[in-house]
Amino acid sequence: MSILVDANTRVVVQGITGRDGSFHTRQMTAYGTNVVAGVTPGKGGQDLDGIPVFDTLEEAAGATGANTSIIYVRPAFAADAIHEAIDAEMDLVICITEGIPTLDMARVYAVLQDSGVRLLGPNCPGAITPGVTKVGIMPGHIHRPGHVGVVSRSGTLTYEIVHQLTSAGIGQSTCLGIGGDPIIGTGFIDTLEAFEADPDTHAVVMIGEIGGSDEERAAEFVQQHMKKPVVGFIAGRTAPPGKRMGHAGAIISGGTGGAEEKVSALNEAGIPVADRSADVVDLIRSALA
Amino acid sequence: MNIHEFQAKGIFARHGMAIPTEQVARTPEEARRIAEKLGTRVVVKAQVHVGGRGKAGGVKLASTPDEAFEVAGRILGMDIKGLTVRQVLVAEAVEIDHEAYVGIILDRQTRRAVFMVSAAGGVDIEEVARDTPEKIHKLAVDPLLGLLPYQARSLAYKLYSDPAQVKQAAGMLARLYDAFIESDASLAEINPLVTTPEGKLWALDGKMNIDDNALFRHEEIEAMRDPESEEPTEAEARDADLSFVKLDGDIGCIVNGAGLAMATMDMVKFYGGMPANFLDIGGSSNPDKVVTAMNIITSDDRVKAVLFNIFGGITRCDDVANGIVTALDRIAAGPGGSLTLPIVIRLTGTNEAEGRKILESVGLVAVDTMAEAVQKAVALGKGAK
Repeated sequence: MSILVDANTRVVVQGITGRDGSFHTRQMTAYGTNVVAGVTPGKGGQDLDGIPVFDTLEEAAGATGANTSIIYVRPAFAADAIHEAIDAEMDLVICITEGIPTLDMARVYAVLQDSGVRLLGPNCPGAITPGVTKVGIMPGHIHRPGHVGVVSRSGTLTYEIVHQLTSAGIGQSTCLGIGGDPIIGTGFIDTLEAFEADPDTHAVVMIGEIGGSDEERAAEFVQQHMKKPVVGFIAGRTAPPGKRMGHAGAIISGGTGGAEEKVSALNEAGIPVADRSADVVDLIRSALA
Repeated sequence: MNIHEFQAKGIFARHGMAIPTEQVARTPEEARRIAEKLGTRVVVKAQVHVGGRGKAGGVKLASTPDEAFEVAGRILGMDIKGLTVRQVLVAEAVEIDHEAYVGIILDRQTRRAVFMVSAAGGVDIEEVARDTPEKIHKLAVDPLLGLLPYQARSLAYKLYSDPAQVKQAAGMLARLYDAFIESDASLAEINPLVTTPEGKLWALDGKMNIDDNALFRHEEIEAMRDPESEEPTEAEARDADLSFVKLDGDIGCIVNGAGLAMATMDMVKFYGGMPANFLDIGGSSNPDKVVTAMNIITSDDRVKAVLFNIFGGITRCDDVANGIVTALDRIAAGPGGSLTLPIVIRLTGTNEAEGRKILESVGLVAVDTMAEAVQKAVALGKGAK
């Protein structure tokens, strides 16, 4: 078991013929992911290593039964690609693209609410169920199958922590990045809810960072609705206010979004928070003991 | 991106909002000429990207062109919260009966543009928001419908009772919303929105922040960027497509990925050091980026050690190692000669063994873990051998 992605995941890649799209399609296929189709307008009829390419997502889904789309489309066109995936009624849409204008995402978010489609991202590394399927850009080999769920707003920091878990012999059920932008689809709470319901997940690592107050609300959710142990890490304790730290969403503004408030909110909800990213392993070990 | 008051009001005026007649001056003489041309009492206002200009002495009235010359001379060159004033706005002074506040922010919690309006506007709006939040009225706008006429009216009724002023305000709010959306703003505010004794509404001061992600479709706004108001190294980093923020410490950090970069800074502090910067080189192993990153970091005299923290995922460690070696060669061939600062490199992940070999060939040693690398860099920064 796992959340969001599993053996039934049939992937269509939007932007499959682009530099990133083609590279990561091959990486996903090599991991064992079932990539059934690709979409690039104007390149319908071609193929990538035998994976058929279509002009529209509707056609691709109709011909191949794809149920999950992953988007590697440039920022100017990425919101349009998400709308196309929502209208094609994908179960899950994963948007990797970084740099989508925020107001474009405000419109996507409004449409998403009535659609029944789940969006992961944008500006995220995707999701992986180790040993089963990888729908994203994370390096597959650092993961190993197991029972810890990992959810994060960041990419490489997640790899760092997953790598430490794996090195310590602790496997993962599903690892996913929810994205570093101010407006994202699936959030911490949706993910925690899914991990709580997944019998194969025994504990969860939640990796937050400065900006917004999603971690605070997630802490409240954990306290009220979760039985499984959750441990946390918050990046950006040394970040100054008013400066965007790489991710568009990682900014302390108007007195909110600071790391200390997040750490105390997590602690108050009974979630232990690692001082160093390296200490997550110890916290998870005690949580599982 | 922040833009100046005069630029924000220029956008407001293009959307049909009433603003005072005004012009920017870079010298006291220019300020005098503008005041002469206006032929009225003027207000001279510092143009810097920071709030509280008035309280800092950066906004002054002048009754004559000579006085405009004199106050502009005092304000230009003034330091306001660490920023040097290089230009002033000279605007016709408007008689004020009442000051209101109207603003729009992109609210992360509702994922919508949210209006905030208050009849108690002016320089103390932050205190109003803190002490009497009930005096601030909010409205979240559905991005698919836009601001509906009745919504604009209901906000306007919170500000005014006179029907003519309500009508003007509703029009102003609709135009402000249009300006916000069409400019891809993350914040747009008029403070104060003043009423003159004749009952006319003016946007006396304005502020806008623009979404960096949307600048690709707003050349006219990108052209408003004021390089003098930025940290020069941050501008250089942006041109090289690096995500960089200057900090006060002495450990220079070069990291791939924003989250890992923040976690690295935090760990530097955890072990008793202070990070000199945030820097994300992204997924690229392009030597040019590594060179630029090294140049930016080593140009700061306070930096005592350079710390690389690379987690090779999609980025291959051998590529990054080559980038570092090339960067060091180029720096050695440059005017300053070889780098004398200690360098600590943490390299792990894809093609790690190949990466280490490349580094060893030039006498550099990579360490295994992030914690080890950070401790070593902090120790070297404090003078350890």
